[in-house]
Amino acid sequence: MKRVTSPKKKATRKVARKTASPRPPRRRAVAVADYDLVLFISGASDRSRLALANIKAIASQHLDGRYRLSVVDLYQQPERAREHEIIAVPTLVKRLPQPLRRMIGDLSDEDRVMVGLDLVPKPRSGRG
Amino acid sequence: MSKRPRRLAAEALAKCPTGIHGLDQITDGGLPRGRSTLVCGGPGAGKTLMGIEFLARGARDFGEAGVFVSFEERADDLAKNAFSLGFDLGRLVRSKRFAVEHIVLNRSELLEAGEYDLEGLFIRLGAAIDAVGAKRVVLDTIEALFGAFSNQGILRAELNRLFSWLKDKGVTTVITAERGQGALTRHGLEEYVSDCVLVLDQRVVDQIATRRLRIVKYRGSTHGTNEYPFLIDRSGFQVLPITSITLDYDSPKQFASTGVAKLDEMMGGKGFYRASTILVSGMAGTGKSSLAAHFVDAACRRGERCLYFAFEESPAQIMRNMRSIGIHLQKWVDRGFLTFHAMRPTSVGMETHISLKLKYVEEARPSIVVLDPISSYDAAATPQDAHAMLVRLIDLLKARGITTMFTSLTSGEENTEQAGAGVSSLIDAWILLRNLEQGGERTRSLYVLKARGMRHSNQIREFRLTDRGADLQDVYVGPDGILVGSARAAQELQDRASAAASRRDVEQKKGQLERKHKAFAARIAELEAAYAAEIHDIKEGIVQEEGRLQGALVGRTTLASDRQRTARGGRQ
Repeated sequence: MKRVTSPKKKATRKVARKTASPRPPRRRAVAVADYDLVLFISGASDRSRLALANIKAIASQHLDGRYRLSVVDLYQQPERAREHEIIAVPTLVKRLPQPLRRMIGDLSDEDRVMVGLDLVPKPRSGRG
Repeated sequence: MSKRPRRLAAEALAKCPTGIHGLDQITDGGLPRGRSTLVCGGPGAGKTLMGIEFLARGARDFGEAGVFVSFEERADDLAKNAFSLGFDLGRLVRSKRFAVEHIVLNRSELLEAGEYDLEGLFIRLGAAIDAVGAKRVVLDTIEALFGAFSNQGILRAELNRLFSWLKDKGVTTVITAERGQGALTRHGLEEYVSDCVLVLDQRVVDQIATRRLRIVKYRGSTHGTNEYPFLIDRSGFQVLPITSITLDYDSPKQFASTGVAKLDEMMGGKGFYRASTILVSGMAGTGKSSLAAHFVDAACRRGERCLYFAFEESPAQIMRNMRSIGIHLQKWVDRGFLTFHAMRPTSVGMETHISLKLKYVEEARPSIVVLDPISSYDAAATPQDAHAMLVRLIDLLKARGITTMFTSLTSGEENTEQAGAGVSSLIDAWILLRNLEQGGERTRSLYVLKARGMRHSNQIREFRLTDRGADLQDVYVGPDGILVGSARAAQELQDRASAAASRRDVEQKKGQLERKHKAFAARIAELEAAYAAEIHDIKEGIVQEEGRLQGALVGRTTLASDRQRTARGGRQ
């Protein structure tokens, strides 16, 4: 799961396990990443691909390399669903910084993703 | 349930036995196999427990592994709950026959940002099913999803997909749901699960709670349509199909002794018919319980098992009281022939009451059941409820071939022929105990008011409780009506005295006769003697006379010849 791949090219559509980071991870050590994100997807569905593309776009725009993103294909690793309490797919889990938060859906609602990533204050209440 | 639809249903629809007492009976074999069953009910109605038992029994008794998908309770809480029902989930889990999939839904952590599906749930469920090779699945309570996800459109589509996915998997599924206002479930789950819907209900009437189960629908199968009471206790979930009544029970020709020899005599010489319902009614202190104790004692002596429901006295008190008339029930309890259950009719609802009774009956498997007294139900329930309960109880016991004795306390002397809870028409044999007041004392009396199918005595007997048990005595029928108690004793004494007098008289007369006889004989002897003497004298006289006559003749002849000789010589 923690596999962060280096290729800058876009994730292929076929191999869902393959994960991507907008920035080459060699430049930034994992230890210093502020954000620890895990995206759970189910195979190479449109929704999975859309979610991956969306989070990559948002992260590259707002997190500027201060993050680490791993992608888990639940079809390949079904036991992870139980481990991480995943029901809805896709789910983006923000493990760090605290608090833990789960964003579900294809992440096309950028505003909400921003709220989930604590990049903008939550409209109603403060951070959980 | 009739036989005809059963055969058709068996062809059309395979059933998955739940193993839950009574549920398989009213569903005609179990839940629809390979399909989903919706179990809805309010909080605390027993949905989760039913689900647990369905899986635990499946794994333990039917060799079908199960997966419990819990959206609410944690696995160890479930195990604790199951343990209270007598199921060791830990063992089933270790032997790979049972798995709990606890699904945590934390709304505060969730943020919806776009379209999603519930593939994670499918993946987890699929993995859990495959891990144990599950044939049964429980989803408890899947409605929790509605609380966690706000996109109703997605949710409903996914639920639809889930149920057809489960169907494809061929697992028999139980889905629990909260009861909704004006609808079966709060979120309309019944739209998705169309094969079988059960409703669990817990109602409180007059502060007494009763659990009930109803089959709202069961596609392609016959089923009982009533509300069936059920229990949840140490041995699990129990549905009591007590309204599936048909009057087709056997009527055995055997008899069960009443335990009182003279009462047996009154009942055609043999006692009560087996599997009949006997009512012993009477006012306070007429000896109802004593008669019941006799009945029980006699059955235990024959080696039969008895069940005694005491509604007003504790078992210890009953046993102590019965010792005073020489009936020792304790030894039967010790040997396991007799089981007492003391309960207050007001403690639980009528439905629960009958359920409990049946449960005890199933446990004890008695040949005789005593309910002492049924009149205490009058205070506990409306007459209709009490009556309905007793009707069902009577039917159920009859169907099991159990001989039942009710006692009933009657209050007014004028109402003696009114039995408690209006059951009189259901009674096969009715023994009435009455107090007869006469001469400043009360005397117990007994008579057989009715005994169906039996030639019974119509006489009133005096019913006495001695320290060696109950005894019956013929009453004295005198010129002024019947006499009982000391009046009868006095009359009997008098009778005995006059009889003795008569006997003396007869003896006397017999002596007199004897004497007369002897005197007569003596006189005859005397007469005979006199007669003989007289005869003798006469005979003597005759002999003498004849002698004399002979002598005279001889003399005359001599004389004549002398004269002839003289005449010839005189002419000379």
